[in-house]
Amino acid sequence: MELAGSMMIILLTGILTDNFVLSQFMGICPFLGVSKEPSGSIGMGCAVTVVMLGATAVTFPLYHAFLVPMGIEYMNTILFILIIALFVQLIEMFLKKYVPALYKALGVYLPLITTNCAVLGVTLLNIENDYTFLEAMMNALGAGLGFMLAMLLFSGVRGRLERCNVPKAFRGMPITLVAASIVSLSFLGFGGIVDGLFGGA
Amino acid sequence: MSYMKEFTKGLVKENPTLVSLLGMCPTLAITITVQNALGMGAAATFVLLCSNIAISLLKKIIPSQVRLPAYIVIIAGFVTFVGMILQAFLPDIYDALGIYLPLITVNCIILGRAEMFASKNGVGASALDGLGMGLGFTLAMLAVSSVREIIGNGSWFGIKLAPDFIQPMTIFIMPAGGFFVLGCVIALVNRISDRNAPVRTGCAACPNKDGCAGCGTDSDVKEAK
Repeated sequence: MELAGSMMIILLTGILTDNFVLSQFMGICPFLGVSKEPSGSIGMGCAVTVVMLGATAVTFPLYHAFLVPMGIEYMNTILFILIIALFVQLIEMFLKKYVPALYKALGVYLPLITTNCAVLGVTLLNIENDYTFLEAMMNALGAGLGFMLAMLLFSGVRGRLERCNVPKAFRGMPITLVAASIVSLSFLGFGGIVDGLFGGA
Repeated sequence: MSYMKEFTKGLVKENPTLVSLLGMCPTLAITITVQNALGMGAAATFVLLCSNIAISLLKKIIPSQVRLPAYIVIIAGFVTFVGMILQAFLPDIYDALGIYLPLITVNCIILGRAEMFASKNGVGASALDGLGMGLGFTLAMLAVSSVREIIGNGSWFGIKLAPDFIQPMTIFIMPAGGFFVLGCVIALVNRISDRNAPVRTGCAACPNKDGCAGCGTDSDVKEAK
């Protein structure tokens, strides 16, 4: 029960309070670039979640099995980014060959994920926070779902923004950022909720 | 003369953050204080300078099919180097930058300059380009962080301004304030540069499209139609 409680805390913290996009500013580029349509947001969110889980599942054991015993922990950035690039490429090849329908839906997002700082960020944070393997996977899942939630919510806001008459200087990126600021403000309201719900467990 | 142009274009005309809208993540995350912004700017400028030089030197050796992974590895190498230097000599800055220091590796600006400039130009021009772009990035972060630190914390570069000068509004050093201030700064730049609006290209025509994660500038193209 205690284990389930701490897992839930990590998961909900990742989705709500420490939302990667809106509180930690990771993955802003795809968040602003792809969140124009709800369908695109879900596609990108799914792809990112899968890559985050996969990358964590590979980098976490590698870090503890190779880098720590050999005393070269400082190589983690180089190793992790290579693994992420490799992993994205593998998923792309696999989907293309075996699940062409899914490849058609997600294919365009996959190459963009390599340079998504949220993916590298989550693998590095797992190490930094001294998570166990299970906690690390939960953190990756929470980060991915949080990313998807933020994109989905924001695509709705942007849909309304399209129909607004915005001052000329604010058109395009500036008004998008101001809107993101208000969405981020709403996520501030989740602060403390997670600990309140599961802190006693 | 043309060398001078490679350097100055990054400062204002093609400012990577405010005009090309790249590298948003660190610009938003690290600009809580001016000191952090300068630390981040210096680290990113150094990496940009070194990676531009290295990639420009290696441009004939790297096969074009694997150039993006190769660039990322070169950049990650320099980022690791900067991280170790900072940890040894400026531990305060190292702690303040935290997770965002290794994340310089995936900063769109650095990969973008490698792909768009260093892989096509000579060493001297690439070095100046890297330096100019890095300083432009630093200047943009300096602007955003000044606003945020003065309004959000009532201080500048850690120096407390007169106590009754302004009532600190904490919201400005929170994430929401970051989005808001950056949006306003970009709007201001748009307003000033109104007469000769920068040419924006859509993602289809962007030479950086394989290496970037969608910079969002294509939205401006759609509206211009």
